[in-house]
Amino acid sequence: MRYLAATTAAEAAAALAAETGLTRVLAGGTDVLVQLRSGLVEPELVVDIKKIPGMREITAEAGGFRIGAAVSGAEIGEHEALCALWPGVTEGVQLIGSTQVQGRCTMTGNLCNASPAGDAVPSLVAANAVARIAGPQGERDCPVAEIPSGPGKTTLKKGEIISSIFLPARPGRASDAYLRFIPRTEMDIAVASAAVSLELDSGGTVKTARIALGAVAPTVIAVDAAAALLVGTRLDDGTLAKMAQACEAVCKPIDDKRGTVAFRTKTAGTLARRAALIAYARAGGSR
Amino acid sequence: MSLDEYRKREFKQVGTRVRRPDGVDKVTGRAMYGADATAPGMLWGRILRSPHAHARIRSIDVSAALALKGVKAVVTAEDFGVPEDDFTRDVQDNCMARGRALYDGHAVAAVAAVDQATARAALKLIKVDYEILPHVTDVDAAMQPGAPVVQEGRVQENVPKGFSDNVTAHFEFGHGDLDAGFAKADKIVERSFKTAATHQGYIEPHACLASVTSDGKADLWCCTQGHFYVRTLCAGILGMEASQLRVTASEIGGGFGGKTTVFIEPVALMLSKKAGRPVKLVMSRDEVFRATGPTVSSSSDIKIGMTKDGRITAAEATLRYQGGAFPCGTTEFGTQAAFAAYDLDAVRTYGWSVMTNRPKEAAYRAPGAPVAIYAVESVVDELCQHFGLDPLDVRLKNAARKGTKSSYGPTFPDIGLVATLEAARAHPHYKAPLGPNQGRGLSCGFWFNFGGNTCVSLNVNTDGTVGITEGNPDIGGSRASISLMAAEELGIPYDNIRTIVADTSSLGYNDVTDGSRVTFAVGLATIKAARDAVRKMCARAAKIWGIDEEAVQWKDGAAVPAGPNAGKFPPMTLAEIAAVSAETGGPIAGHYEVNADGAGVSFGVHLCDVEVDRETGATKVLRYTVFQDAGKAVHPDYVEGQMQGGAVQGIGWALNEEYIYGEDGRLQNPTFLDYRVPVASDLPMIETVILEIPNPGHPYGVRGVGETGIVPPLAALSNAVSHAIGLRMSELPMSPPRILKALGGS
Ligand SMILES: Cc1cc2nc3c(=O)[nH]c(=O)nc-3n(C[C@H](O)[C@H](O)[C@H](O)COP(=O)(O)OP(=O)(O)OC[C@H]3O[C@@H](n4cnc5c(N)ncnc54)[C@H](O)[C@@H]3O)c2cc1C
Repeated sequence: MRYLAATTAAEAAAALAAETGLTRVLAGGTDVLVQLRSGLVEPELVVDIKKIPGMREITAEAGGFRIGAAVSGAEIGEHEALCALWPGVTEGVQLIGSTQVQGRCTMTGNLCNASPAGDAVPSLVAANAVARIAGPQGERDCPVAEIPSGPGKTTLKKGEIISSIFLPARPGRASDAYLRFIPRTEMDIAVASAAVSLELDSGGTVKTARIALGAVAPTVIAVDAAAALLVGTRLDDGTLAKMAQACEAVCKPIDDKRGTVAFRTKTAGTLARRAALIAYARAGGSR
Repeated sequence: MSLDEYRKREFKQVGTRVRRPDGVDKVTGRAMYGADATAPGMLWGRILRSPHAHARIRSIDVSAALALKGVKAVVTAEDFGVPEDDFTRDVQDNCMARGRALYDGHAVAAVAAVDQATARAALKLIKVDYEILPHVTDVDAAMQPGAPVVQEGRVQENVPKGFSDNVTAHFEFGHGDLDAGFAKADKIVERSFKTAATHQGYIEPHACLASVTSDGKADLWCCTQGHFYVRTLCAGILGMEASQLRVTASEIGGGFGGKTTVFIEPVALMLSKKAGRPVKLVMSRDEVFRATGPTVSSSSDIKIGMTKDGRITAAEATLRYQGGAFPCGTTEFGTQAAFAAYDLDAVRTYGWSVMTNRPKEAAYRAPGAPVAIYAVESVVDELCQHFGLDPLDVRLKNAARKGTKSSYGPTFPDIGLVATLEAARAHPHYKAPLGPNQGRGLSCGFWFNFGGNTCVSLNVNTDGTVGITEGNPDIGGSRASISLMAAEELGIPYDNIRTIVADTSSLGYNDVTDGSRVTFAVGLATIKAARDAVRKMCARAAKIWGIDEEAVQWKDGAAVPAGPNAGKFPPMTLAEIAAVSAETGGPIAGHYEVNADGAGVSFGVHLCDVEVDRETGATKVLRYTVFQDAGKAVHPDYVEGQMQGGAVQGIGWALNEEYIYGEDGRLQNPTFLDYRVPVASDLPMIETVILEIPNPGHPYGVRGVGETGIVPPLAALSNAVSHAIGLRMSELPMSPPRILKALGGS
C-alpha cells in the first residue's frame, strides 16, 4: 500500500486516475482506517487530501457557505454563522460518532462513504447542496443528491474527488432539521433518519419544502411527494399525518439486525413528522 | 460452615475511600495488559475459524501455509492428544475443533509467523474441506426430538426420555405440596419468557504470550481471572506437570466471568512448542464475540399463586438454558436461585441444560440467576398489579429471612433481604412522582457467593512496610481492599502496604477470581496472615523484653505488655520490631491457607424509572437506585462500582444486548456497533445504597458484592416498561422494534 499526501487537487486526481488497483481517499479516515484495520479493504493507494490548500476552510460565498472537503465535524459545529443558516445540516454532521470522531470526520467523507445511513447526507439532500468535483478533466459541480448510487457506491468517476460542498443562501423565514433513530444515544448507526428543510411566507405558511430520508432505501432518498403535501399549510396534524404516510410509502428498507422493515418504515414517518415541526419552529412558524 | 468468624469492632481504616493502587498506571497507559507482553524472538499467532455453524471437517491441508516464508508452525487438533476426562476434553475441543466444527467461529487451525501480516496471509492458505451439517441455535428448537444433534452421548442418566440428545442435564429443587399451595391461591399467573444470550463485553480481548523451551519448561503470560486454573487446564491439555508451567496473570481489562477458562492459551503453548519460540496470540473483537463464552439464552415457564392479601401460596419454574455446543455449567445455579428471595411453603424449580451450535457459554456475573429471577420477578409484579398491592409490601410479606428454608435447600443464617427492602421503601425514589409514559419497576436479586481455596503471604519489610502476596487477579479493586484489611489488622497506614498478584510458582493454589470470592476469602486469609505475623512480632518483642510471649499483645500497630504484671516496657511499633528482626530470628512473615467456607449470600433490590416513546419504542432510563447488602463495605467506592456496573450490564441485557443468529447459524453482530452495550449517555447516574448486615462467616462481616447487582435489572426494567406502556413484556431484550411491535405500531 502506498500513501500520498497530495498538495493540489489536480495531483490527487492524477494519482488516483493513474492507479490501476484499489484506491481510497483519506479525509478524516474514520471510515477508511476502520476498513483497513478490519481487513475489509486492502487498497494499493491511499491519497490524503488534508494538505491541499482550501480543503480545510469554510468560506462565505453568495450568501451561502462553501465547506472544504477536509473540514472536520468539530470545525463545522464551531462555525456559528453556518450553524445558524443551516442548523439541520450542521446537527446531522455533529451526530457523527463521538467527541473523538468529531475531531476527524468530514461531511464529504460521510457522503462518499455512501452508506444509506450516513448522518450528514439527508440534510444535504434536503438543502439542495452542490458538490464541487475535481477530476482528471478539471472541475464540475453536481447536486449532492446525485453522488451516492448505492450502498458503498458513488457516481464519482475514476480519479474524481470532491473538493468542497456548497450550501446556498436562504431567505429569512427558512430553516431545516435532522433527526435519526438509534437504539442508543450515541456511537450508533441510524436505523432510520429524516431531514426536512422549509421556507415560510410572512404568514407562516409553508412556501417550499424538501424532505429526505436515510436508511430506508439503498441511498438517501428525497421524498418530493411528501414534501409537496406541506406546501400551503401550517403543518396541521392532518397534513403531518398524510406527509408521514407519504414518507412510509416510499420506504424500501432492508430487514436486518438493526431493524425490521416495519420498524424502519414506521420510524421514518415519525421522524419526518417530528423534524418538520422542529424546522417549522426554527423558521419562525407557529401553528 | 464457619459462621462464628465475625466480631463486632470499630474500624479505623476499613470503610474509608483510599486511593487505588492501580489507578496511576491505568490512567497513564502504563499498566501491562495481556497484549502488552513481549519476548525476544517472539512470533505472532493467529487462529483460523469455522465460517459454518456445524460442519464435519473432512480434511485440513496446511502445506501451502507451512511453505509460506516466515511461517514457523501450524497447529490443528491432530497436534493435541485426547484428554480422558470429559471436562478437560471439552475445554480442549472448544479451543481447537476435533473432527467437527460445532459453531460459527470455532477454531480449526492456528499459525505462528514472524509478523502479523504473514500470519494473516498464512491463514488464507489453509484449505479446510467442510461437509456442512444441519444446525440448531434456538433453545426450544434444540430440545425437540429430531433436532440436529450437536454432540452425541452427552446425556446424563436422570434426563427423562422423549427429548433430543441435546438435552444433557435435568435438575429439580424445592419442597412442599404444590397442588395444595395452588389450591389456596386467589389468583394464579402462568407466563412464559425468553431471553437472548449476552456477552460480558469486557473491554480487553483475550491475549497471551506463551514460551515453551526445549527442556519442557513453559511460561505463560495471559489476561485471566484465574491463572492457577489456567495452569491446571493447560497442563492437563498439554500433558505437563504443574511445576513446569508457570502462569503469570496480566492486569485485566474486565472479565465478569468470561475469563474463567481458556480459549487461546493451549493453542499458543502448542504453537510455541512446535515453533521453539515464544508466541503471542491476541483475539480480535470479532473473535471474542464468536468464540469466547457469552452467557446462556433461556426460555422459561413460571407459575405463581397468591392470595388477595399478597401471600404467595405456591411457585413453580421451568427453566431451559441454552449453553452452546457443550454441556452447560450454568443451569444448576439458575435453577437454585430462582425463588431464593422468598419464604415459600410449596416451591419447585426444574432446570434443563441444552446444547446448540453456538459458542460454549462461560460464566457471567451470577451465572444463571438473572434470567431465572427475571421471569419470577415479572410474574410476582403481575400478581401485585392484579390485586393492586404495593410490590415492596408483597415482597416484604414473603421475604426470606434468618431461619427460612430456602427454595434450594439450606436454611438461611443472618441475611439482609428485609433490611434491603425496607431501605428501598424508605428511599425518596420509591415515592417520587411519575409523568405520562413513565413507569417504575422493582426487583429483588440474589447470589450465593463463594469462598474457596486461598493462600496469602504477608511479608514485614525491615523498614516497617508490608508486602502482601496473593494469587487472585484484581478485577474489581481487590488489591486496595486487601491492603486496607491488612492495615486495619496490623495498625499501620494503608500507604505502607503494597499488595501484588503473584504467579503460580509463588503460592499454593488459589481458586479463580469468581463467585464474588476475593474480598471475602482473600480478605479472610489476609486478616489471618496478618494475625500470624502479629503473633510472631509479639514473640520478637517478648524475646527482646525477656518476658513470656503470652504477656505481649498487639495494640495500635505496636507490641505492648499485656497487663501490669507483664512488666513496664514502652510499646514497640511494627517498624521498630522489623528494624531489628535480623537480631531476633530473621525475617518476619505471616501466612495463611484455607479452603474458605461461610461466604454469606447477598441480596439486592433495584428500583428503576423509565419513559417509553410510544412512537418509536425507545426506552429511556430516568432514574435507577441499587440497594444491596455488602456485609461490610471495605472500600465503599469499589462496592458502589460493583453495584453500578452490575446494574448497567443488566440494563444492557434488558434493553438492547443480544446475540443475533441468521438462518445460516452465523452470528450477525460480532461488533460493538451491533452488539449494543449501554454507553454513558444512555444512563442516569446509578444511585447506590449500601446496607451492612455482617456476614457471620467473615472476621469483618464481609460478603461478596460482585454479582448480585446484575440480577435485578432485567425484571426491574421489564416491570418498569410494562407499567409505562400498559402491556406485560415477556421477552428480552426489549429493543425498540420489539416494544413498537407490542404496541401495535408496526
Ligand atoms: C466510532 C465511530 C462512530 C461513527 N459514528 C457515525 C455516526 O454516528 N454517523 C455516521 O454517519 N457515521 C459514523 N461513523 C462513520 C464515519 O465517521 C463517517 O462516515 C465520517 O463522516 C467519514 O468521514 P471521514 O472524513 O473520516 O472519511 P474517510 O474515512 O476519510 O473516507 C470515507 C470514504 O469517503 C471517501 N472520500 C473521503 N473524502 C473524499 C473526497 N473528498 N472525495 C472523494 N471521496 C472521498 C474515501 O475514499 C472513503 O471511501 C462513525 C465512525 C466511527 C469510527
